[in-house]
Amino acid sequence: MTRLSTIALVIAALAAVPLVTQSNTVLNFLVVALLIALAGQGWNILGGYGGQYSFGHAAFFGTGAYVTAILQVRYGLNAWPGCALGIAAGALLGAAIGALTFRSGLRGSYFALVTLAFAEVLRIIASVAPITGAGVGTLVKLDLRWEAFQFQSRAIFYWVILALVAVSLVIAWLVERSRFGAYLIAVRENEDAARALGVDATRVKLGAMTLSAAITAAAGCFYTQYFLFLDAGIAYGPWISVEALLTAIIGGVGTVLGPLLGALVVKSLGEAARLVTGDAPGLDLVIYGAVLVLVVWFAPRGLMGLVADVRAPVRRPSRIAQEATHG
Amino acid sequence: MAEPLLAVYNVSKRFGGLLAVDAASLFAEGNRITALIGPNGAGKTTLFAMIAGFLKPNGGSVHYAGQDITGEPPHALARLGIARTFQIVQPFAGLTVTENIAVGAHLRHRARRAALAAAVEVGREVGLGDMLDQPAGTLTVSGRKRLELARALATQPKLLLLDEVLAGLNPSEIRDVVPVIRGIQARGITILMIEHVMQAVMSLSEHVFVLAEGRIIAQGPPEAVAADPLVVEAYLGHGAAKLAAET
Repeated sequence: MTRLSTIALVIAALAAVPLVTQSNTVLNFLVVALLIALAGQGWNILGGYGGQYSFGHAAFFGTGAYVTAILQVRYGLNAWPGCALGIAAGALLGAAIGALTFRSGLRGSYFALVTLAFAEVLRIIASVAPITGAGVGTLVKLDLRWEAFQFQSRAIFYWVILALVAVSLVIAWLVERSRFGAYLIAVRENEDAARALGVDATRVKLGAMTLSAAITAAAGCFYTQYFLFLDAGIAYGPWISVEALLTAIIGGVGTVLGPLLGALVVKSLGEAARLVTGDAPGLDLVIYGAVLVLVVWFAPRGLMGLVADVRAPVRRPSRIAQEATHG
Repeated sequence: MAEPLLAVYNVSKRFGGLLAVDAASLFAEGNRITALIGPNGAGKTTLFAMIAGFLKPNGGSVHYAGQDITGEPPHALARLGIARTFQIVQPFAGLTVTENIAVGAHLRHRARRAALAAAVEVGREVGLGDMLDQPAGTLTVSGRKRLELARALATQPKLLLLDEVLAGLNPSEIRDVVPVIRGIQARGITILMIEHVMQAVMSLSEHVFVLAEGRIIAQGPPEAVAADPLVVEAYLGHGAAKLAAET
């Protein structure tokens, strides 16, 4: 279990980066990595702690992003309440999809496929519906004032996304220490046993999905404010579903710091590959795939699992010792 | 006679063409150990699953403390004070023993700290005191059985349904666990147990129900039931019952 002081240390170290370098390339890289870390932390709440592997977190990312954008562009709402409503819309969608899937008892790969289907349906709708700008996309007007949730300096953007990531880490930390978290992990480990102990499995999963969706929607809101452009492929495309689950799995599912570590490592690898090979399209995806295979093969508990093993080697009592004490 | 804590009336369960439980009735009186025995495939676990809310019966009703609980989901029953163990142990393998028990304890303790403290206490009570920080996956069979008991106890049940907690244990382990079960009864918890280990059924239970081919074929004090020709026949076949009667 990660301590609060560790979280504070990690965030403080990351917060100091703009003081060391003002390089746009470095900050831009880190902003994108943190954005993915935030989306990944959302996925981690449901997938990591709850064991419900979603392949469609793009549904929540895209809804957060689109609601933030559309409220500003079409209804003239300020970006701050726009963002709050974007997160709320993502959470609501999470609750709705959760209610439909968990109530009908979908588990495992069926749950994964249904979430993927929801994200794809939303992508197709967004690519033709007039309100999203259909094929043209939605452009948010450039207005570099903090009142409009846009910032002249990239460093400020960086600190904003870092703050959001910090909040998501604290949420995960709180989940680990609450009854809700204990129930969620129990459902992941063995749903029937959990139900026998008084856990309302459907309600717990529904709560996790709502929270998970809200966090990933927050990443979508930030995306809109940072890049100021959305189309269906960006908002609801499979890329974000894949990156959210990859960072969590590679970093370590069901750990507080896993998604952040995973995002930094995966994005660094992608960037390194691009430097070596030039801009060969799709190469970063090949790298992701290779890294995922290696992690699942050699470190099924992710990078955080490796860290834990190095720090405190698990002492397994030998079979003989067990039999000596019990036989 | 006072109303029994648990009363099952004419409960049936059908899986396709198979009638697994056929209008079975049984009751468990408060503060007693009642046993449910029967040959393999008799439908004992199915009957248990219906009492504990994991399966909905096709007919009949289940009453607990004077309340109709037929078809209520397991988590609601746990809140009312019905806990169960599983025949095939179902530990949360990735969690430690204490964390496992704490899931049960959370039913009565909202705060994490209180639940963990209660878990440690229950763990010691069932003899897992030395293993509290071990991952549940590393426990021996007997350790896992104790863990099943501890988790169920941590929910502070009034009625405990034990599905073959002694199965798979060697005789010395059985001798260790039997007093634990007696201790649970001594705390005022009513127990309904499915058990194959007849030595334990005879020594622990005060009333026995025999289920064969989905039907309750006999009930009574353990000695009377064991001598019942119908029961001998169900276990050993027709010839054996005749043989037993002649000797």
